[in-house]
Amino acid sequence: MECFTDRGTAMGRVAFGSITKDVCLALVPEAVVGDHVIVHAGVAIAVLDVDTARETLELFAQIDFGGEQ
Amino acid sequence: MKYVEEFADPEAARRILGRIAARTTRRWKIMEVCGGQTHAILRHGIDQLLPEEIELIHGPGCPVCVTPIELIDRALAIAARPEVVFCSFGDMLRVPGSDGDLFSVRAGGGDVRVVYSPLDALTVAEDNPSKEVVFFAVGFETTAPANALAVIEARRRGLTNFSILVSHVRVPPALRSILESPDSEIDGFLAAGHVCTVMGDQEYRALVAEFGVPIVITGFEPVDVLEGIHRVVAQLEAGTAEVDNAYPRAVRAEGNRVAREMIETVFAATDRAWRGVGTIPDSGWRLAPEFGAFDAELLFEVADVVAEEDPVCRAGEVLLGVLRPSDCEAFGTSCTPRTPLGAPMVSTEGACAAYHRYGRLGREIGARP
Ligand code: SF4
Repeated sequence: MECFTDRGTAMGRVAFGSITKDVCLALVPEAVVGDHVIVHAGVAIAVLDVDTARETLELFAQIDFGGEQ
Repeated sequence: MKYVEEFADPEAARRILGRIAARTTRRWKIMEVCGGQTHAILRHGIDQLLPEEIELIHGPGCPVCVTPIELIDRALAIAARPEVVFCSFGDMLRVPGSDGDLFSVRAGGGDVRVVYSPLDALTVAEDNPSKEVVFFAVGFETTAPANALAVIEARRRGLTNFSILVSHVRVPPALRSILESPDSEIDGFLAAGHVCTVMGDQEYRALVAEFGVPIVITGFEPVDVLEGIHRVVAQLEAGTAEVDNAYPRAVRAEGNRVAREMIETVFAATDRAWRGVGTIPDSGWRLAPEFGAFDAELLFEVADVVAEEDPVCRAGEVLLGVLRPSDCEAFGTSCTPRTPLGAPMVSTEGACAAYHRYGRLGREIGARP
């Protein structure tokens, strides 16, 4: 993600897979270049917590097959 | 896309399914609130992979579906005016009003444009100073921040030819009305992740305390949905009822503070009619009085048309989860995505459209006894 302003509004250029879109960043002042953001109707509503995402994936990887942990 | 594909991993999905199967000892009815989740469930066949005891009930979280027909009619009347450029998300264009849809207004010469964001509609207003630009602001709490921001920006940029036609709805009051209904047999809920990204979990805590049902905040990828179901089942089997967050990478307990403050500034709570369902107290937002200059309902005197639903359509029962789409008489016969009789067959988030698209065509295929 790259950041810029358009008519005074904080904006970012965000890649969605192979396409990029300009997205408003006014509601995620903490966002920095390189962050992953969740976008609704052209406006970022959250910065994805990448550490938590990784932790969740690790927990899934530790589940024993076919049953309780 | 990073952190999307990983949550669609078949291996992880299989592991969680195994866990769900190991935990389930009784029949449970679980409602997924959000239409995006309904589509993920049907698209990936999650409903068919779960243990037989678990029945998924599809909830009312389809913004296009619940927008009242009176408002669609009002939109049609405004969009038909010669001085108006009417901007909307694409999936509102085919939603049937009493007499036609936005496509038919466009065919009749109305200037109806599809935009991806209300901010795009602001640009249309700046580029067309001699026109009145109206944005159709429908949706749940997820789109409210974008619509609030557009109004704040319009004021900051001094635009006088921009307004919004608001029909915002909120999830918690709808859950309350489902829980209060005597027909409801829902044991637990998957709450819509991105609604909570904006609003946080507070209102769900209140519902859990009052009704004693587990509510698990859940994402939209198949692995997210399965983990949400797993956590609801775990609570039900253990006899507990709490708000649990199965989507922590996107949802914090307090939500998005900046977005919530903006919503509080621009909108005020109001009763809303839900299409097919009826009026739910305090279930929506309208523009706050200070922003009346941006309120299309005040700016355009639209005579109240008597709205008429197609009598065959049972959208209200579908939205409340008491009727499976495939059990509607018209489903797949007189009502198809090409010839929709009701909004749930139009929207990408509608349960009827999802059943049709993913081939849950007959009772024997999708439904369980
Ligand atoms: S199948 Fe069509 S007619 Fe039946 S409830 Fe769904 S939208 Fe309405």
